[in-house]
Amino acid sequence: MKSLVCVSKTPDTTSKISFTNDQSALDTGNIQFIMNPYDEWYALVRALELQEAQGGSVTLINVGPAANDAIIRKGLAIGAEKAIRIEADPQSALFVAKQIAGHAKAENYDIIFLGKETIDYNGSEVGGMIAELLDLPFISYASHLEMNGNTATIHRDIEGGTEVVEVETPFVVSAAKGLAEQRIPNMRGIMMAKSKPLQVIQQAEAGDLAVAVHFEAPPPKKAVTLVDPENMEELVRLLHEEAKVI
Amino acid sequence: MATPHNAEINRKAKEDRFQGHDYYNIDELLNEDHLLARDAVRTWVKQEVSPIIEDYANRAECPTHLFKGLAEIGAFGPSLPAEYGGGGMDEIAYGVIMQELERGDSGIRSMASVQGSLVMYPIYRFGSEEQKRKYLPKLGAGEFIGCFGLTEPDHGSNPAGMVTNVKDDGDAYILNGAKMWITNSPVADIAVVWARDEEGKIRGLIVEKDFKGFSAPEIHGKWSLRASITGELVFEDVRVPKANVLPEVASMRGPLSCLSKARYGIAWGAIGAAMDCYDSALRYSLERTQFGKPIGQFQLTQKKLAEMITEITKAQLLAWRLGTLANQGKATPGQISMAKRNNVNMALEIAREARQIHGGMGITNEYPIMRHMMNLETVLTYEGTHDIHLLITGHDVTGLDAFK
Repeated sequence: MKSLVCVSKTPDTTSKISFTNDQSALDTGNIQFIMNPYDEWYALVRALELQEAQGGSVTLINVGPAANDAIIRKGLAIGAEKAIRIEADPQSALFVAKQIAGHAKAENYDIIFLGKETIDYNGSEVGGMIAELLDLPFISYASHLEMNGNTATIHRDIEGGTEVVEVETPFVVSAAKGLAEQRIPNMRGIMMAKSKPLQVIQQAEAGDLAVAVHFEAPPPKKAVTLVDPENMEELVRLLHEEAKVI
Repeated sequence: MATPHNAEINRKAKEDRFQGHDYYNIDELLNEDHLLARDAVRTWVKQEVSPIIEDYANRAECPTHLFKGLAEIGAFGPSLPAEYGGGGMDEIAYGVIMQELERGDSGIRSMASVQGSLVMYPIYRFGSEEQKRKYLPKLGAGEFIGCFGLTEPDHGSNPAGMVTNVKDDGDAYILNGAKMWITNSPVADIAVVWARDEEGKIRGLIVEKDFKGFSAPEIHGKWSLRASITGELVFEDVRVPKANVLPEVASMRGPLSCLSKARYGIAWGAIGAAMDCYDSALRYSLERTQFGKPIGQFQLTQKKLAEMITEITKAQLLAWRLGTLANQGKATPGQISMAKRNNVNMALEIAREARQIHGGMGITNEYPIMRHMMNLETVLTYEGTHDIHLLITGHDVTGLDAFK
């Protein structure tokens, strides 16, 4: 299988999120960035497993600035053989999808993998857009994927159950938990990653149809109010007058 | 009675919520390899070590299954060349790997220190090409476990007084004597053993576990490094083929150069244990409330925390500078002694202060503090005691030898 794995950079889940003074953008000052876990743990690892079982290749792609190279290098350390970074400061999912589709159009990948969502903006948009731009099938939320020749059998997580889909390559698939198990890069992989190619290419012309203009943090959690079990009247009063839920 | 808030703290204590601490932006002095290596080992420790370590330490059992995992992650001899089973990394990468392992547990770090610095390193540095090809890839892959025999029951700080000896017997040496406090020895496949020959020279020998007359009984009853296995090495007329003698060294320089490697790793490792204690204490101080506010708001708690992060930062700078010198091949044994002594003592004192911040909870295995504290008592003594390292510095600055 010739696979392309789209990897994204997201804040570490333990980062404290704040916004710039005019609330128009994320304040990246004190944020530790990581590779989006759905891309790293599931999409990349399943692509590598298919390569190990059947041959082929695994290429990483990222749309972003040079600071993203550290994350790309981690993907190479885990096992991808080469990487492409499209130099850009992406502002929307459509922009990212157009850049990736622009590259993939000429490469004839069998499978384009990506995580089901990034854990920052949780848009789940890029995969569907890439598929549409390339006129390929898109299978989202895959928790299991087996190949038989050019036919993939994919389990999709749906509300309360599983949907089983068959699809011929080429296709785009977004990875959910269960598709593979996280691999930790080992020291040899980290050293080998240094000599693997990381090609930087210029962005293609692509406008944003929608842009984020304002962010608001959720209101801080209020302190817990303890009510004596004997004092049900007070509990009812609080729920009615303060919480306004009854 | 615990309030719901403090009960929540207890429930969360079991999760490994460790985050690194870098008050002086020392990460900016590290390169991409160092950061990737550190994060990889940190992730591995959170997955493989943290969930089991309290249980193994409590039962005084070595999680021997972790040897394979340590090999897979590349923790054995990471700074040795890849062709001999190492990782081909630099000394700072080795340091951050040791830091993260000891953040999990000093015993786990000891498993890796011994295999890499005390077994693989002497075979790589002083061994024949044949010995390197025979042993190093298997040691790097965790197929062979190694141990290192220098200390004797009657010769600890004075290893040159060793009585373990070899006598020439044609194509072999006959080895007699005993070694003590040997990490990994009861489970080891090979031991690198230092012994005096008939000319009085110190020779290194590779002793395989099935050589006749060789045994490695376990030492029981340790209150420290309980998740690491320790034993003796006993040699009764053991015939060691001459092909198993390390050809390139015949003096105390052999074992002492290994100790320099291992001590260097400990100087980094201790920072890991200290950071784990500080990290736990800082979080606890913000979550635990008394007198209506978090205990971190009281001046005496802040004094402890502020001093801890100050000492950790100083130790980090010492280790980073030592690593830079080591990469240039310029780190002296005296400089390594200073860092080992300072950083281990720093970690032990932080463990004690952190224990106080955790109050009564600090004495339980809900938190890692007492385990680190007990482990660090060993680390303060092994690989050159706290006092001996002071005398090495004293010797270095005065030129006068206070050992004898």
